[in-house]
Order: sequence, then structure tokens, then C-alpha cells
Amino acid sequence: MLSASDQALIKATERGLPLTPDPYGDLARALDRSRAVIMERLGALLEIGAIRRIGVIPNHYALGVIANGMSVWDIDDSRVAELGPRIGALPFVSHCYRRPRHLPAWRYNVFAMVHGRSRDEVHQKVGEIAALAGAGARAHDVLFSSRILKKTGLRLTGQPAA
Amino acid sequence: MITLTDADRVIINGLQGGFPVSERPFAEAGARLGLSETELIARIGALVEAGAISRFGPLWNSEELGGAVCLAAMSVPSERFDEVTAKVNAHAEIAHNYERDHALNMWFVLSSLDPARIRATARAIEEETGLKVWLMPKEEEFFVGFRVEV
Repeated sequence: MLSASDQALIKATERGLPLTPDPYGDLARALDRSRAVIMERLGALLEIGAIRRIGVIPNHYALGVIANGMSVWDIDDSRVAELGPRIGALPFVSHCYRRPRHLPAWRYNVFAMVHGRSRDEVHQKVGEIAALAGAGARAHDVLFSSRILKKTGLRLTGQPAA
Repeated sequence: MITLTDADRVIINGLQGGFPVSERPFAEAGARLGLSETELIARIGALVEAGAISRFGPLWNSEELGGAVCLAAMSVPSERFDEVTAKVNAHAEIAHNYERDHALNMWFVLSSLDPARIRATARAIEEETGLKVWLMPKEEEFFVGFRVEV
């Protein structure tokens, strides 16, 4: 479980860093801690992967990357360990996971989210994955989102967004 | 669609990670990108304002923090779609919810700092809607090299 000070740090940064010359110092002052302590903790959280990265979080839709297809793959279990990382490393794949099958309703065990400027571009990129997987993929499908029903972002602290 | 300046492109393409943890990080990052500290701060503020970037800061990995995240899917009859959407979205644990063109036509992400809330919420949705919730927890994450290019 998270320490109270980490929770406070998440809450203070989940809508972004202060856009000031000394963002960590300003963050530290807001949390009544020293800049050195905040910087050390952020460095440690980056190190262990609790923070994936610090920087620009693009809004894909606003930037014209409006098509996203959830490509799903029935990959031979014996080849997932080899093919999963190769699919995930493709620059147009934003998430790549192995997930459980739910037979007979759902046969797919690898999910790769593919982004592009159009559905055609997504289909073309899915074709690149199919070529890469070859006979390792027994079947695949692409599920496009037709509507966003809710999008709040992860709110780890359970606080309502402003 | 937002019109970007050359500087905006440099920022979006070059700063999706690697922002320094230092005393003057915007000055450092700006030097790398060929922008002054003031210019970088102003452009990022403008990009947030315009909605081109959703925010600037750390991208937290909730699972590493002891929280739990789980993808789930449902097959919702079209005549009940709005009603079921309202019932699903009413739960605070639902972060994202998308309609997708498949027999499983509703896909959402459950998230909570308390892992037990994932199953409990899925069960509550099943009771409220009478429909099956298929949980699709991630069993393994593969390295992701994703970058948006503008």
C-alpha cells in the first residue's frame, strides 16, 4: 500500500507539474517538504517504474491521431514470450498485454492497441503485426471504438477531478 | 484539429518522457530542444490550454503503486445500451469506457487502489444489469515503444 506522503505526491501531480522554472521546489513547498526530498522520491519512483515517465502526455485525438484499434490476437501459447515483446516494441503500439482467454466466447490472448490517423492506417499497421507474427497467430480481429462512453483518467486518490 | 508551430512539434515529439528531475528542469530540457526556459514553459502552458496535451508531468503506473487496474468487457443488447452505460459509468472505479464494434460491445477499465474493489465492482454491475462482465486482467505486459509523432 502507498505511504501517505506518496499519496500526497500523486494527488499533487496527477493534473500536472507546476509550469514554473522550479516545479519541484514549488511542489515541495505545496507539500511542506524540501525540494531535495521530492526530487529524490520522484527519482526513486521512476527507477522502480511506479512513474513510467515524466513529460508531455499528448492528447491523441486533438493531435489528429484519431483512430485507435484494439487488435486482439490468438497467439500460440508457446510463442507468446517471443512475439509479445516484438509486437509491443512497434512504434504504433501503445499498450501490449497478454490476457486470459474466455473460451468459447473469447479466444484472443494478446492485445495490442494500434493508433493511426485513420482506420485504413490502423488496418495497414495491423497487417504489419500479422506479417511479424506469421503462423504464430492463429486468428486476429480489430475492435474500433465507435464512442467514448466515459473518460476520466485514472484517479488513484479517489478524488473527483476538478 | 489544433495547428501546431514548429516549436510545438519539437516539444511534443521530444518530451514524451525524459523530463529532468533537477532544480531548473525546464531550462535543461529547453537546452536539449533548442528552446529557452521561458519559451518552453509558455509553449507547454499553451499546449495544455489548447488541449493538444492533456497534461505535463509524471505518468503514474498505478499497479506499481499497489493499486489495481483491470480491463473488462460486456455484451450489451443495443436497446439497453444507454441504460447499461449509465449503470456502468455510475461506478467511480470506471476510468474509461468505450463502445466497440464487436459482439462484446462495451469495454471499460476498472481501477482502484484496493484490488478487492475490482471484482466487487464487476459483481455489482452484473447484479445491476443482469449481464455478464468478462474480466480481462493483464497477465503480462510487453515492452512498449509508443510515441506519438506530430
